[in-house]
Amino acid sequence: MTKSFSIVSPDKLAADRYAGLTTESWRWLGTTALIVLVALLPFALSNYHVFELTMVMIYAIAVLGLNILTGYNGQISLGHGGFFAVGAYTTAILMHHYAVPYWATLPPAALICFVLGVLFGLPALRFEGPYLALVTLAMAVATPQVLKYFDNWTGGQQGLNLVKPSPPAALGIDRDRWLYFITLLVLLLAIRVAANLLHGRTGRALVAIRDHPIAAAAMGIDTARYKTLAFGTSTLFTGVAGALSAIVIGFVAPESFTLFLSISFLVGSAIGGIATIGGAIVGGIFIQFVPNLANDISDAAPSALYGVAMLLFMYAMPHGVVGTLGPLLTRSMLRIQARWPALIGK
Amino acid sequence: MAPILELHRLKAFYGQSEVVHGIDVAVEEGGMTVLLGANGAGKTTTLRAICGMVRSEGEIRFAGEQLERRTTEQIAGLGVAHVPEGRGTFMALTVEENLRLGGYTRAGRPDADIQRMYGYFPILAARQHQQAGSLSGGEQQMLAIARALMMGPRLLVLDEPSFGLAPRIVEEIFNIVDRIRREEHVSVLLVEQNASLALELADHAYLLETGYVVTSGSAKALADDPQIRRSYLGY
Amino acid sequence: MHELLQQIFSGLAAGAVYASVALALVMIYRATDLVNFAQGEMAMFSTYIAWSLVTVGLPFWAAFLITLVASFLGGMAIERIIIRPVENAPVLAAVIVTIGLGLIFNSLAGWFYSYTVQDFPSPFPDRPLFGALMTTQELGVVGVTLVMLTLLFLFFRFTKTGLAMRAAAQNPESARLCGIPVGRMLAIGWGLAAAIGATAGIMVAPVLFLDPYMMSGVLLYAFAGALLGGISSPVGALVGGVIVGVTENLVGTYLIPTQLKLTVALALIILVLVFRPNGLFGTAIVRRV
Repeated sequence: MTKSFSIVSPDKLAADRYAGLTTESWRWLGTTALIVLVALLPFALSNYHVFELTMVMIYAIAVLGLNILTGYNGQISLGHGGFFAVGAYTTAILMHHYAVPYWATLPPAALICFVLGVLFGLPALRFEGPYLALVTLAMAVATPQVLKYFDNWTGGQQGLNLVKPSPPAALGIDRDRWLYFITLLVLLLAIRVAANLLHGRTGRALVAIRDHPIAAAAMGIDTARYKTLAFGTSTLFTGVAGALSAIVIGFVAPESFTLFLSISFLVGSAIGGIATIGGAIVGGIFIQFVPNLANDISDAAPSALYGVAMLLFMYAMPHGVVGTLGPLLTRSMLRIQARWPALIGK
Repeated sequence: MAPILELHRLKAFYGQSEVVHGIDVAVEEGGMTVLLGANGAGKTTTLRAICGMVRSEGEIRFAGEQLERRTTEQIAGLGVAHVPEGRGTFMALTVEENLRLGGYTRAGRPDADIQRMYGYFPILAARQHQQAGSLSGGEQQMLAIARALMMGPRLLVLDEPSFGLAPRIVEEIFNIVDRIRREEHVSVLLVEQNASLALELADHAYLLETGYVVTSGSAKALADDPQIRRSYLGY
Repeated sequence: MHELLQQIFSGLAAGAVYASVALALVMIYRATDLVNFAQGEMAMFSTYIAWSLVTVGLPFWAAFLITLVASFLGGMAIERIIIRPVENAPVLAAVIVTIGLGLIFNSLAGWFYSYTVQDFPSPFPDRPLFGALMTTQELGVVGVTLVMLTLLFLFFRFTKTGLAMRAAAQNPESARLCGIPVGRMLAIGWGLAAAIGATAGIMVAPVLFLDPYMMSGVLLYAFAGALLGGISSPVGALVGGVIVGVTENLVGTYLIPTQLKLTVALALIILVLVFRPNGLFGTAIVRRV
């Protein structure tokens, strides 16, 4: 099954060749160029900027998880900050109390978040729309309080300090860049998994359930199973992102995982485009940079600017950046095809 | 008599697709015109275009006004009362409240008008404080027509009033509509699949097929033409 | 026993506030299928306006009325200017807009009025009543809420505009066919919701003290209460809000430390929802294929 991660919709164009190359070749070319660029980038930037980009990727993975749930399955979650926290604290507790090496904490974090998500998904089947929002909201609200409560594990209010991993000496790069590449690897893996999942049978089933649950059930799709799995997969992604965040930042505390984080993920998801994979990356960029930018511009009311940014994005692109620009791009290419068929044709 | 409603080269769209391809229709003042045709012919879309509910191109002239770029509320305020497909009743409100809403655009108290409606449809009087959703199909249709009449319209637009109703009720409703047309001096534009009954009462008829007018003329002429009857109207 | 009754009355007063905000949420939800996440922040901002009027020397009830009118107009303006552009967009876009709006109000309040906690005057002297079963403050809050609800009921039931608004919320297309300006009805709905929120904020400020985060907890409880009652039911909003208020109070006093109060309260509400997924008074959405 080809990894179909394309912003343009080739089926609408019904073309085999674009300026001489096939779709497949273009995709391969584009993806490789992008990966090369992204791989070289950290060597051109300062440590702090590399750290920021790493956080962008972490948020992108988290938002990707949310996109699977909200975009493809139509279930709203206001609680993904909580699952992010579970991943982060799983890593933190394993590293801090049991001296587990950082890379080995990722699978347990993934597993725990998956199981938790499935468990959450089961009762969530009964709820729709705003009711589901409330249930997930409860998760987000409960998380910091629960974290503070079990303080002998979690370090309570003070949180836990973690030792940041050292890069293997053989590679000769420093810690920030090493973490960047690890995160990049996880992000690429996540995109790959998501693309395969969502552009295949599972994805179609999820969209069917989202758009016409009754028709989907009538066609024999096991709605409950898919919805629960969607929840679990979604929380798995976000949990892994959380685990990575603990490793990269080197510190966890309840104050970092409030309702605001859950809302940020939802905002990032909507701004990028909920039913897209590329949108997750846009969302990650938005979450990381816009609040900081707002802070730089205004001392007095930075959140107001953040809010205004949200409004403007939604007015201009109600389906998100990728959700709006994607079809726009397809339409432009259709026009090019009509005008210059030699360029885009069979 | 001059037409109270004229459609000139009207195109109407259902979403992105053009489903009505430039039709000409006229409704004589005080008369009843019926649009016939199979499902998907574009009848309902035409009605929706008149009331500004779908995108359209071409001319829509009503009592000397151009309707093309007006909003639905404005068109209603000008005197076009549309009883939509499916009745559009406010299910959770009472019969009386539904009627009051019909009189929204009119100044003064609606009580006299409401009593007049009960005169045409006595069954509604009996149910005036009941929730509209609890009425039978036929009663809801009567309520929808009464609500439209509360507007004091000059043109009554009815979209498939016979839909889902038993033949006896349909006949009763059609007779009342005809009586209303004469007593209230309202012109009627009717869309119907039940051709025989409609053609008995109407003055003029248009036959639509996939967005085009294939035949038009006096209702009697269409009813008598055996070929049209057999091919399009099925009897 | 005496203390239990005291806590119950206290809960009723809190419940009155939650019920009001819940009602505002339900009103907007019924009209637009949208949960207005900015409702709390709008109410907070209104309360600050009242506060500045009182600080400048206006008598309390004059400030109250002026704030109500200003909030009503502000609510209408918000619907027309801020919400209108996303009315036909996907619901999520509108949700994000309300979230952003909430942030804007919160931030502006902090900027104009600073983040220091302020005292807010109460029109009711804080005296115990009925053998210290409740205070005049609590009774006053319940009283004002009841008056407001009565006025709203009369408006919706007996006025032409009220009926038109109910129609516009239920079936906008049919309402348009009756000549009802649905857009204007929506704006009025938002205006009323804003005024209701302002009332709730002013009533609760003497107790919670005024700061830009005053209403965030209230909004959460109101949201939970609205869902508990059934998000499409105004009666449900009231009942739900009161139940949440009383429950929160009792749970906080008798069961657990304040820290986990919110979590436990939400857990209890969710438990109820598991058995009644559409809320106590909500109607199951019958889906026709």
